[in-house]
Amino acid sequence: MAESSMPSEKTNPPLLSVRGLTAAFRSEGMSLDAVNGVDFDLTLGKTLCLLGESGSGKTVTMRSLIRLLPPTARIGGRIELDGVDVQSLDDEHLRAIRGTKVSMIFQEPMTALDPVFTVGHQIAEVVVWHEGVSWSAGRKRALEMLDLVQVPSARRRLDSYSHELSGGLRQRAMIALALACRPKLLLADEPTTALDATVQIQILLLLRELQRELGMATIFVTHDLGVACEIADRVAVMYAGRFVETGEIGEVIKTPQHPYTIGLLRSTVHAGSEKGRLTPIPGAPPDLLNMPPGCAFAPRCSRAVGACSDHVPELAQVKPGREARCILVSETTPS
Amino acid sequence: MKGEIAIQREHPTPASEPVDTLSATRPFLRVQGLKKYFRLRGGSFGLAGAYVQAVDGVSFVVATGETLGVVGESGCGKSTTARLLMRLIEPDEGQITLQDRNVGGHNGMSLRTLRRQVQLVFQDSYASLNPRHTMAEEVGFGLIAQGIKRAEARRRANEVLELVGLEPAIFADRYPHELSGGQRQRVNVARALALSPQLLLLDEAVSSLDKSVEAQVLNLLIEIKNRLNLTYVFISHDLNVVRFISDRVLVMYLGKVVETGPVEKVYTAPGHPYTRALIASRLSMDPSRRVEAAPVAGDLPSPINPPSGCRFRTRCPFAESVCSLREPPLEAFGDDPAHSAACHALIPGSGHSRAPAPGGEPSTRANGAPK
Ligand SMILES: Nc1ncnc2c1ncn2[C@@H]1O[C@H](COP(=O)(O)OP(=O)(O)O)[C@@H](O)[C@H]1O
Ligand SMILES: Nc1ncnc2c1ncn2[C@@H]1O[C@H](COP(=O)(O)OP(=O)(O)O)[C@@H](O)[C@H]1O
Ligand code: SF4
Ligand SMILES: [Mg+2]
Ligand SMILES: [Mg+2]
Repeated sequence: MAESSMPSEKTNPPLLSVRGLTAAFRSEGMSLDAVNGVDFDLTLGKTLCLLGESGSGKTVTMRSLIRLLPPTARIGGRIELDGVDVQSLDDEHLRAIRGTKVSMIFQEPMTALDPVFTVGHQIAEVVVWHEGVSWSAGRKRALEMLDLVQVPSARRRLDSYSHELSGGLRQRAMIALALACRPKLLLADEPTTALDATVQIQILLLLRELQRELGMATIFVTHDLGVACEIADRVAVMYAGRFVETGEIGEVIKTPQHPYTIGLLRSTVHAGSEKGRLTPIPGAPPDLLNMPPGCAFAPRCSRAVGACSDHVPELAQVKPGREARCILVSETTPS
Repeated sequence: MKGEIAIQREHPTPASEPVDTLSATRPFLRVQGLKKYFRLRGGSFGLAGAYVQAVDGVSFVVATGETLGVVGESGCGKSTTARLLMRLIEPDEGQITLQDRNVGGHNGMSLRTLRRQVQLVFQDSYASLNPRHTMAEEVGFGLIAQGIKRAEARRRANEVLELVGLEPAIFADRYPHELSGGQRQRVNVARALALSPQLLLLDEAVSSLDKSVEAQVLNLLIEIKNRLNLTYVFISHDLNVVRFISDRVLVMYLGKVVETGPVEKVYTAPGHPYTRALIASRLSMDPSRRVEAAPVAGDLPSPINPPSGCRFRTRCPFAESVCSLREPPLEAFGDDPAHSAACHALIPGSGHSRAPAPGGEPSTRANGAPK
C-alpha cells in the first residue's frame, strides 16, 4: 500500500510488510489460485480490515502470513514480520513466533480452546511454554488476562472448561489466550460473525479497547461492512484473491472508487436503507478455477468496457494512501 | 406438558392480549398461547429430563398481505415457532387458526391443506436440496406428492423457476452442486411457491448469502410478494434486513414475545429495554460515529431454567423486585394501540418505580418508557 511511502511512515517503520503475496492450492493436476498478489504494510497500533465476500481469499491471505495452511498450499512472495523473513523460517521457528510475535483468534472459539483442559490451564501453559516461566507465574498471568478481557469473576472462571462458558465468555477466553504472550500482531478471522448483535458489539468494543491498551497491530477479516466501520483504521476490499480497493475506512465508505465496492455498499441493507428496492450486483463471484480474463469483476460490472478483459488492472493510486484496481480509476488519475 | 394434547380448543384469551387494529380486520393467521418445551435426553451436563422452554406462550396475528418480521437472538425460539406453524413439530399447547379455521385436531384443517397454504423456506444449505434431484425434480417433488401428474408438475416447475429468475432451459436439469448459493436459495423459494401457497414462512432465508446476492434475493421476495399477493412471516436475526422488509415486527427473547408493533414504531420508539438494547447494538456504518458503549452486558441466560418473572431481568438495567415476582404481560403503551411491550416499567400500576400512574392518558403514558 502507498502508506509506506508517506512521510510519517518513515519514522514509524512497519511491523509487517507484505509484497507480492500469492497462495495456490495444488491437487491432482488442479491448481486453485486463492491469493493473487497482495501488497501491504501495517504499523503497530493499527487495524487493517480485509473486507470481502465468501471465497474472496481473506482467510487464506491472513493464514499465509504465518504459513498456517495445509501442505497442499504454495505460498509465494515476501513476508517480513518485525524484521523476520517469515518465508525462510523452519517449522520450529514458525511455532515459536506463533503465540509470541503473532497470534490468531477465530469465529469459532472451540477451534482455539481445548475442551479437555480448564481455561486457566491453557493460558498458563502457553505462557510457560513460550516464556519459560514457572506454572504459578503462568497461572498469575492467566488471571490477569481474564481480568483484562473483562470476564466477570475471573478467578472462578480460571477453573472452568470452555463448554461451561456462554458464547460471549468463550470468545473472551479465546482472546485472553491469544494475547497472553503479548503478541505484536493479532490475526482475527471473523471473530464476531457467529455472535448475536448484543454480544458482537461487546466483543468489538473489547478488541478496540485492548488494542488501545496493548498497542498491537491487528488484521481483522470480515464480510460485514458494519464491523469494518467499527474496528478498522484502514480497509482492503478483496475480490477473487486480490485487493481491489484500499484506504482509510471513512474514505472508502464515503467515496468508494471501485465498482465492486460501490456495488457492495449499495446492496448492503443498513439502518438508513430506504424501503423499496435494493440495487444488487448482478451475477455471482467468479469460480476461481475458471477465472475470467482481465478484471475479475468485469462480468458483473455495469461500467465494464472491452479493455477491462484485456489484462488485470493495476492497483492504482487515487491519492496518497488510497488505491483502486479499476481501469476507470487509473485512467482518470495522473500516475 | 402433555405432548398428545396438541391443541387446547378452549384456550382462554388472556385479558391482556393486545388489540391489533390492523390485523383484526383480516387476520390470515392467528396464533394463541403457543408453547413448546423440549425434553433434554442423554444430557452430559446432568440436565437429562430438564426442559428447554423454547416457545412459551407466544401469541400473534398476521394480516392478509402483510410482512411480519420476527427478530431476536439465536435460541429465542424463532425457528421453533416456524416449525410449529408448519406442524413439523406438535405444540404442547396453543391454537393456530388459518383464515378462521383451526389447524390440526379432530375436525381442524388437515396438514395437507395447511401445507398447500403455508410453505417454509429455510436458510440456504446443500442440506435443504436433495443432491440427486435436478432443479425441476426438486421443485416438482411436492406437487407429485400432492397427486399431480408428472408432466403437469414439470410444467409448473418450469413456471416457478422462471418466476424466481432461473431460466428453465438453463437450470431445470442442473443439480444443486452446479448452482451458486444465491441460485440455490432461489430454488428453495421456487419449491415453496410451486404449491401456490398464500403464506411464506421465511426462516433466515437470506442469512447465509453474501450481501451482493442477499440484495438480489430480497428484491425477488418483494417482487413475487407483490405479484402473487402473498403474506410473509420473515424470520431473521438481522435487524436491518427485518426493518427493510417488514410492515410489523415481533421481538422475541427466550421463548417469549417482548414487543410487537409497526416496524417504524418499534425501531424508532422501542419500549422494552431488550428491544432498545437490540436496536442500539446495530453497527453504525459510519466510522466517525462508532458505538461507544455496549447497550447491554452479558449474554443470554439458559432457556432451561429461565429467570422468573421477566426473562430479561438478569440483564435489564431497570430491573426491580416486581420484575422477578411477576411476568409482565404484553400490553399496548404509548400513542399507538398496535404497539405493545411486555415490561413492568411501561404498565400503569405494575409496582415498578418507572411505571406511569394508573389511569393516565396514553400520551403521558408514553413518557413512562424507561429512558
Ligand atoms: N485448503 C484448501 N484447499 C483448496 N482450496 C481452498 C482451501 N482453503 C481455501 N480454499 C479456497 O480458496 C479460496 C479463498 O478462500 P478463503 O480465503 O477461505 O475465503 P474467505 O474470503 O471466505 O475467507 C476459496 O475459493 C476456497 O474454496
Ligand atoms: N429438537 C430440539 N431439542 C431440544 N432443544 C431444542 C430443539 N430445537 C430447538 N431447541 C432449543 O430451543 C431453543 C429455541 O431454538 P430455536 O427455535 O431454534 O431458536 P432460534 O431459531 O430463535 O435461534 C434453543 O435453546 C434450542 O437449543
Ligand atoms: S419487566 Fe423489569 S426486568 Fe423486565 S424489562 Fe421491564 S424493567 Fe426490565
Ligand atoms: Mg474466511
Ligand atoms: Mg433459527
